[in-house]
Amino acid sequence: MHGRPRRPAKPEDAAAAEAKAAKLRDLQEHVLRNHHSRTYTKEALGLSFKLLEINPEAYTAWNYRKLAFQHNLGELSEPEAVKSAIDDELRVVEVALRQNPKSYGAWYHRKWLLNQKLAPVDFKREFGLLDKLLKMDARNFHGWNYRRFLAGFMGVPEEEELKYTMDKISDNFSNYSAWHNRSILLSNLLIKQSKGFESKQKIFSEEFELVIQALFTDPRDQSGWFYHLWLLAQTSSPENPQLIASWPSNGSNCSLSSLNSICCYSLKEGILPIVLFFNEPVKGLSSSSVRLNSDLVVGKNIQWRPLSVTDSGHSNCWVAYLEVSNLEYNSLQQFSVELKITNTSVHKESNWHLERLSDEIELFRELPDDNSKFAKLTLARLLLACAAIKSRGSSLVERKGYCDEALGFYNDLIHLDPSHKRYYEDERSLVLMDQLTCDMDALKKYFSVKVLSKLAPLNHVQLCRLSLTCIGFAERLLWVQMLDLSHNNLRSIEGLEALQQLVCLNLSNNHISSFTALEPLTKIVSLKVLDLSSNEIGSHPIDTTRYICSSPFSHKVEACEAFEECRKKNINVEEFWDAILFFKHVNLIQLGFKGNAVVDKENFRTLVLTLNPSLKWLDGARVH
Amino acid sequence: MADAPAAGGCSPQQDYPTIDPTSFDVVICGTGLPESVLAAACAAAGKSVLHIDPNPFYGSLFSSLPFPSLPSFLSPSPSPSSASSSSSAAAVDLRRRSMYTEVETTGEAPEPSRRFTVDLVGPRVLYCADEAVDLLIRSGGSHHVEFKSVEGGTLLYWEGGLYPVPDSRKAIFKDTTLQLTEKNLLFRFFKLVQSHIAADAAAAGEGEGEASGKLPDEYLDLPFVEFLKQQRLSPKMRAVVLYAIGMADYDQDGVDSCDGLLSTREAVKTIALYSSSIGRFANAEGAFIYPMYGHGELPQAFCRCAAVKGALYVLRMPATSLLVDEDKKRYVGIRLASGQDIMCQQLIVDPSYEIPSLDMPCTTPVSNSPRKVARGICIISSSVKRDSSNVLVVFPPKSLEEEQVTAVRVLQLSSNLAVCPPGMFMAYLSTPCTDAFTGKKCISKAIDALFTTKASDDLEGHSETTSENNTEGVKPTLLWSCVYLQEITQGTSGTALSCPMPDQNLDYRSILESTKKLFSDICPNEEFLPRNSAPKYADDDSDSSEITR
Repeated sequence: MHGRPRRPAKPEDAAAAEAKAAKLRDLQEHVLRNHHSRTYTKEALGLSFKLLEINPEAYTAWNYRKLAFQHNLGELSEPEAVKSAIDDELRVVEVALRQNPKSYGAWYHRKWLLNQKLAPVDFKREFGLLDKLLKMDARNFHGWNYRRFLAGFMGVPEEEELKYTMDKISDNFSNYSAWHNRSILLSNLLIKQSKGFESKQKIFSEEFELVIQALFTDPRDQSGWFYHLWLLAQTSSPENPQLIASWPSNGSNCSLSSLNSICCYSLKEGILPIVLFFNEPVKGLSSSSVRLNSDLVVGKNIQWRPLSVTDSGHSNCWVAYLEVSNLEYNSLQQFSVELKITNTSVHKESNWHLERLSDEIELFRELPDDNSKFAKLTLARLLLACAAIKSRGSSLVERKGYCDEALGFYNDLIHLDPSHKRYYEDERSLVLMDQLTCDMDALKKYFSVKVLSKLAPLNHVQLCRLSLTCIGFAERLLWVQMLDLSHNNLRSIEGLEALQQLVCLNLSNNHISSFTALEPLTKIVSLKVLDLSSNEIGSHPIDTTRYICSSPFSHKVEACEAFEECRKKNINVEEFWDAILFFKHVNLIQLGFKGNAVVDKENFRTLVLTLNPSLKWLDGARVH
Repeated sequence: MADAPAAGGCSPQQDYPTIDPTSFDVVICGTGLPESVLAAACAAAGKSVLHIDPNPFYGSLFSSLPFPSLPSFLSPSPSPSSASSSSSAAAVDLRRRSMYTEVETTGEAPEPSRRFTVDLVGPRVLYCADEAVDLLIRSGGSHHVEFKSVEGGTLLYWEGGLYPVPDSRKAIFKDTTLQLTEKNLLFRFFKLVQSHIAADAAAAGEGEGEASGKLPDEYLDLPFVEFLKQQRLSPKMRAVVLYAIGMADYDQDGVDSCDGLLSTREAVKTIALYSSSIGRFANAEGAFIYPMYGHGELPQAFCRCAAVKGALYVLRMPATSLLVDEDKKRYVGIRLASGQDIMCQQLIVDPSYEIPSLDMPCTTPVSNSPRKVARGICIISSSVKRDSSNVLVVFPPKSLEEEQVTAVRVLQLSSNLAVCPPGMFMAYLSTPCTDAFTGKKCISKAIDALFTTKASDDLEGHSETTSENNTEGVKPTLLWSCVYLQEITQGTSGTALSCPMPDQNLDYRSILESTKKLFSDICPNEEFLPRNSAPKYADDDSDSSEITR
């Protein structure tokens, strides 16, 4: 079923396919006609069956059958007749599954039928069907989905389903679905604290033992490594969300310009951003869960917003913009800010995580297959998980050892597995960022206070020529006001949005290839000076980050205004929408942009100047 | 399955039938497996065949006997010299010799003794992907035999304990006795061999294929044991691969046993057969199958195929002498116990007959110390492996004692094969040997290692104190055993062909190889049991043939 090469089609197959297509077209037409005229006779239903028998992917035919079923049900009164109608539908699904065991439509139709709850479900038949299917292909995830559905429907204890996954894994451990289902069931059982599942330590230790048998038997099989990754995450991630950094740090003073206390550039504009950074994404922060005491006069309703939003609304980093009204410009007055967050429990340090991880490291070092990329990657991850735990306990020497070894593995992997080079480079960057920023001693090398004319002194950090490809550990840089990241290999700057104090940013000579990749900058209100020269914006015809964004034409009223404004100036909005969105949301005084392919495009300069009226310098030349 | 006891004591000649016609292309005497396969092959090739056997049952040296018939078969009373040797045609007396010596029996025969069926060729199994299985399917013989799996797999005796043989990815994963590195290296080795096998098959099929997976010749020419060492397999894993999967007979680490040294090329072939056997039949577990009612069913199945193709069968018909054409110095026929002379082009006899050399008609050929195999047959009260019925056990060399130079193989069979009553088990042991003393010592040591002779009620009192038994469970109790020596002769060609003996191997590969060679001597231009030679049955579907569990 899996791992078989596809054979090239023979000429005689083409003729057969042609004939099949003609027959299908004919059938489809008939079924659609019946669908539109709401003809639900036996003959009409027979036609739809014929169609689904050949092509179970004809979704309309399934929906037509659903409508027909509901329509015909009204005329049936006898429970026997209802049951036989359901049986007929179930049989159609079975025939379709024989043609394609991975047909979404067929599986959904079956679930829909059972969910109607018109007759008692024959579970023996359902599980029999599943057994047959999973015997044919033990990795058919549709089958596993349906099994979860059935187990929930019927109330099968999760312990029993867990045993079933073990049976399947014993048969053949190369089974992503079985391992996956195991992780889900175990998570549920642990949350519920079911009998025998009270101790995370015990359960995870047993699971580690199990999966290691698979990993050592065949290190080239991926499915076990995925499960191991899940176990690693369960072992190394903290049990409760913790506030790990904030700006200003709790209880500190701030003012607009002072050498002794923290100065805040954006106070000039009457805005004080308060940044909170958690060790894992949290949701629903509000003025009731965060208590803020300050001698600044602020509005009553403090709004907390997530800085990087996931679909679920979780974010590591939250910000509240305090509007400061009673502030005199250039005042030397100091203000204190005090934070209190309710509902965070104290982290309990327990040793088994670290012990378990250390055991795993020792084991994988023994794996004789020295060129297994999975082994190396897992080792690197294990080492970093150890380093992360150690950083809480602040034993820095050991920590450095872990990080150095992990770096070595990532360097190996870049050569060993070039098709995933970029991932390894990103991971390596994170380790580098960690090492550079983990304590003040390390960071001192890169830190200075820069005094610019007409401005208050700025906290300046220079991280140049370090081969960074992405940003990490931004929580340790919340206070940075001037950041030089030039001459790296940055492709993404995700994470920089947490640096709400940033005034000057140098990103020149990197590999940023699109405006959508710059989106984090639009969230930094104080950003005034930006150097983007010598990047790759506009040089790639296909911008992959663009696909991740939701459509720009569907939301944001202010964006529409910007589009209108650009249209008036004959700017091709369809071509430049991402540039328009970016420049609309930043408020720059100085911009460096030369050395990007997009500069050569018609009207680009007009676009920049139109949307940034405050811009004074562009590529070193005065513009306004 | 016949009632009468074995050879020798047949009643007088008055009820011998007269055979008509009196001339055949091929006359075969003895119904062992090679003779029966030859009968089927010759009949399929269009030859007229007369197939006789002095016994009232099929199988000769390959038969399965009811338990009470065993002693007389192993130690027959000397047959009376042929009475009717006076004839006009030149004839030489045909003498039979016993292949079995040093028969030693202990214990009381369990009751009901008639429900035990004893193989003479044990321990023996068929690989699912064996040529014997293909032959059965091709000839239609598979319609007459039913197989069951050796579902308990193979156990290796190592450092005083029995360990499952990890022979597949699944088995390696589930094995709790292996170290993690052992698992890794063993599976890596299997994968290496698998890719070689696949590349080899591709190359054979298309002329060119993915040669990438092929092992280089310098590896293939290496002694297998050296190759395994290069693959960093631990001594225990080497024993698994050498003796429980590669089926080596002799100590591969020994210096002086050069002729028994397994080459990588040879071993890879056996592993290929082993791995293609796993999963060949959807309802078979493991690599090996065993014929229900015993191995005697196999020659019988081929005889039936031969009969369907027109061969004539006469049981209870001893042959007394061979007819000689004095001028041409060749055998031209056979004289039956009935006194009738049958003429033929080709004469084939089973290996228990001594074919007199035509140059020195009155003396037996010089025996140049033939190879021997020590065999044991045991009846035991429980299984060596909990919850398993049919199990293979391998004792690698040196596992029983330092002087042990050959591997001992043990096959345990249960009542699901209809060879013994429920609750009892048969166990067959064998090891090749050069002299009776070492051979029998090896067999007895293996018996002692696996079974206990203590009566079960006696044992209960002691079992709590013997700590070594507590982990493995209680050893099965030995109820009855028989240890003996069997000579091995190769098939010989000539004007009268002699077929091969049951050898020391676990399977029939080498016997069938010799048989095929004999056939090509008889019918040089004929295909050996061609595919279409099977009689047509209404439900014939040979490709999807399955065995019962």
